[in-house]
Amino acid sequence: MKPLLPRRYPAPPTWADYFTARREKTRDTALERYFDVGVPSPETPISDVPMLAMDMETTGLDEQRHAIVSIGVVPFDLQRIRLAERRYWIVRPPRPLDERSITFHHITHSEIEQAPDLDEVLDELLAAMAGRIVVVHYRHIERTFLNAAVKARRVEGIHFPVIDTMSLEARLHRQSWWARLRRWLGRPPASIRLPDSRTRYGLPPYQAHHALIDALATAELLQAQIAHRYSPETPLSEIWS
Amino acid sequence: MQVELLEIRQHMAQFPPFEQLSDDLLDELAGQVEVGYFQAETDIYRHGDAVEYLHYIRSGAIDLYRRNGDLYNRLSEGDVFGQFDLLRDRLVRFPARAIEDTLIYFIPFATFQHLCEADDNFADFVEVERPRLESTVDQQRKGHEMLVTRVRKLVSRAPVMVENDATVQEAAQRMGEHSASSVLVLAMPQVPDDSHAFTHVDGQLRRMVGILTDHDLRNRVLAEGRPASTTVGELIEGRPITIQSDESVYEAMLRMLRNNIHHLPVLHRRRPVGVLHLSDIVRHETNSSLYLVDNIFRQSNVEGLAALRRDVRAAFVRMVNEDDNSQMVGSSLSSIGRAFTRRLLELAEEELGPPPVPYCFMVLGSMARNEQSIVTDQDNALVLDDSFDPEQHDAYFLALAQRVSDGLAACGYSYCKGDVMATNSRWRQPLRVWQQYFRDWIDDPSAERLLHSSIFFDLDSVYGDEAFVERLQDLVAERASQRPHFLAAMARNALNRTPPLGFFRTFVMEKDGEQNNTINLKRRGTAPLVDLIRVHALACGSRAQNSFDRLEDINKTRLLAGHSGERIRYALEFIAMVRIRHQVIDIQEERKPDNNIEPENVSDNERHNLKDAFQVLSNAQKFLKFRYPMPSQKR
Repeated sequence: MKPLLPRRYPAPPTWADYFTARREKTRDTALERYFDVGVPSPETPISDVPMLAMDMETTGLDEQRHAIVSIGVVPFDLQRIRLAERRYWIVRPPRPLDERSITFHHITHSEIEQAPDLDEVLDELLAAMAGRIVVVHYRHIERTFLNAAVKARRVEGIHFPVIDTMSLEARLHRQSWWARLRRWLGRPPASIRLPDSRTRYGLPPYQAHHALIDALATAELLQAQIAHRYSPETPLSEIWS
Repeated sequence: MQVELLEIRQHMAQFPPFEQLSDDLLDELAGQVEVGYFQAETDIYRHGDAVEYLHYIRSGAIDLYRRNGDLYNRLSEGDVFGQFDLLRDRLVRFPARAIEDTLIYFIPFATFQHLCEADDNFADFVEVERPRLESTVDQQRKGHEMLVTRVRKLVSRAPVMVENDATVQEAAQRMGEHSASSVLVLAMPQVPDDSHAFTHVDGQLRRMVGILTDHDLRNRVLAEGRPASTTVGELIEGRPITIQSDESVYEAMLRMLRNNIHHLPVLHRRRPVGVLHLSDIVRHETNSSLYLVDNIFRQSNVEGLAALRRDVRAAFVRMVNEDDNSQMVGSSLSSIGRAFTRRLLELAEEELGPPPVPYCFMVLGSMARNEQSIVTDQDNALVLDDSFDPEQHDAYFLALAQRVSDGLAACGYSYCKGDVMATNSRWRQPLRVWQQYFRDWIDDPSAERLLHSSIFFDLDSVYGDEAFVERLQDLVAERASQRPHFLAAMARNALNRTPPLGFFRTFVMEKDGEQNNTINLKRRGTAPLVDLIRVHALACGSRAQNSFDRLEDINKTRLLAGHSGERIRYALEFIAMVRIRHQVIDIQEERKPDNNIEPENVSDNERHNLKDAFQVLSNAQKFLKFRYPMPSQKR
C-alpha cells in the first residue's frame, strides 16, 4: 500500500544545513547529540559511509493511527555487516492494541504489554543512528513513523537522510527504458519486494519476518546492489534521499 | 535463544564443524558473525593479506588458488576456509575468489579461538581434516554395534515340548519326529498363583521347568546307564536359563557363553515360543553368507553355480542394508568368491582326475586382500611343484585353469582384461620360476614389472598346497623392505591415480580445472589408497594382505606420523562404503552396478565427507613421495 505521492519534507538547502540548524535549536539532549555528530557530505564515496540498516514492525501503515512495535538495527559498511553490534527493541504502543487479531511474527501480545515505551529506548536508538546513514527497504515506513513517534514524545520531530534499497531497485526495474518497454508489452513489472530483490543478486532466502533479520537482509541487499549496479566510488548523493 | 539469530545459527548448525557445537556456543557464534557480499568474479582476499576471520560460505561458491595460479580447491555453501592461515601466521596462503555471487559469514579470530578452546571437535576439525570423516565412520560402526536384532527374529519354529512325566524314550521319539536337538519340559504349577505359569493349548496352566538336549540323552541317560523309562522330570534340575523374545541377539549370545550352553529357550512373557541354538546366532551374524557358501559347495556343475549369482547379489544388498562396514562386506564377498573358485577346482579335478604334481591355486588382487566388491573380475595364477615338466603336465593344468576361468566368468567374475589368469602360460609356472619372477621384479623394477608387482604382491592361496604361496609371501615380505630403489619405484607408481579436487553440486572438479560428471570411486579413491598402503606394508615387511591389517602392521612402526594411519583407514573405509552403497542403489534400481557415482546423487553430507577423504588421500600421496625418495644411483 504505497502512498501515491511521496510525502513532502521541509526541504532544507542541504542535509548538513538542516543538521546544523536543528543542533542549534533543539531542546532535547539526545537529539542534540544526534544532530551534533552531523552527516557525511553528499560527495562522500559510498565505501566510506558508515551505515545503519533499519527495519520496523508497525501495527499498520498510517503513522497517525498506528504505532511501532519493534525496531531492529545493524551497523554496517560496504565490507562488513556487524551483527555483534545489532540492536533490537520491542516497544509498547501508546494506545492499547485495538485489534487483538493483529499478529506479529515472533512477538507475543504479552511481550508487547511488558515492553517499554519507545521513549525509553529512543536515546539508545538515536545513539545507534548518530553518524550513520540509515538504510531501509521502502523509506516511507521508518522515516515517517520515527518522525511521528519522536514528535509525540520530544515535541520536535526528526528527519534524516536514508538510502532506500527498494527505490534503488525501482530505478532499475520500474524506471529504466527496459522496464518501460516491458510495461508497454504488457508484461508484469519485476517485483521489488525485499525477498524478490534479494533473489536477483543470489542472496539466500530468509524465512523470518523479524525486524532485525529484515534489517540484515536489507544491508546485504545494499552491498549486492552497490557491487552489481554502482561502485564503491559512487557518491552518496546519487543514492540517498 | 535469541530468535533473531535463528536464521544464522540454523544454517551453520547443519554443517561441520558447527553441527556438533552446543546450543550456547552456537548462539555465541551467531551473535559474533559479520556478513559480507561478494559479486561473482571478485577477490575475497589476496595472497599475503592478513587473515582475521574464519570464513563460512552462507551461499554461493568460491575458488582457492595456489600461488602459481593453479586451482587448489573449490568450495560452496556450508564450507569454511581460512582456518589454516588463522592457525599459522594469519597471512593468506591461498587467495580466494568468488565464482558465484557469494555471501560470506566472517567469524572473528577471537570467536574462532574461543571455539577452539571450548570444543575439542571444533579444534580437531580446523587443525586437521580428520574429525569430520572419522566421526562419520565411527558413528556408522557404532550404529552397527548397537543395531539391536531381537531374538524373535531368529526363532523359526515352535518349540517341541513334553510333560515332565514323559519318559526319555518318548522325549527322544518326539525329538526324532521333529528333527529337533532339544525338547522343552513342562510341568503343572505347584502353587495356585505360580508367577511362571502360562495357559497351554489344552487350556490348563503349565510352567516350563527345563530343557532336555541331545547332549543330555547321551551323557545323562546312555552314559550313566539309565533305563529308557526314566522320566524327563528326573533329569531336569535347577531353573532353566531362558531369554525373552524381545531381547537382543547379542544378549542371547552372552547368556549362552556365560552359562556354557548351546540351547536357549525363548519366552514371550511366560510362554515358550522357541529354542535358540548357538548356530542360529552364528548364521545370523555372518549375514547368511554362510548359507550361500554352503550352497556353493553343494552344486555339482557350473550351471548350478552360475545360478547362485542372484543369491550373491541378494546377500550383498542384505549385508549393506544391515549396516555392515566395508571390511565385513569385503571379506564376505571374498569368501564367496573363494568358495566358487574352490568348488570349480573340485569339479575340474573330478573330471580331469587327480593332478600329476602338487599345485596351489593362487588368487591375486582384491580377493587376496579380502576386499572384493560386487563388481569384480578374476585375477588368478597357478603355482606348481618344482617337479613340474611342461611336456608331460601342462596339458592337465591348462585344462584345469580353463575350466576354473570359464566357470568363474559364468558366475559373474569376468575375465581379467590384463590376462592375469592361470590360463596364461606365463602365470602357470613352478614355484622356482615364480620366485625368480618376484626377485627380478623387486631387484630391477621396470614399468611393466611394477605393474605386475602391484597385482601379484597381493596374493593368497585358495586351493591346493598353500605352502607354495606362503613361501612367495615370505619372499616378498623379506626382500622388498630391503630394496629402497624398488620401494621408491612402487611409491612413484602409486601416485599415478590421483583423487579429484572435490565435489561441486553437479560435477567433479579435477586438478586441472576440468569438470567431470561422474567419478570412478575405485580408480580415484580406493585403488590409490590400497596402492599406497601396499607400499608402506612392503617397506615394513608386513605379511598381511588385507589393507586394514596392513595398516595395523604399519601403525606398529614409525613409518607414518601421528594419526596419519588412522586417517587413511577412515578414508578407505568411507570411500569403500560410499562405493558399496551406490552399488546397492544400482542393484535395487535394476541397473548394472559399477564403480561410478554421479555427484548429483551424492548427499550433502556424503559430499563433504568424500571431499575430506580425498584430501586425506592427496596428503598421503604427498607423504609417500617424500618418504620413499629415489636413491642415488652412485654407490
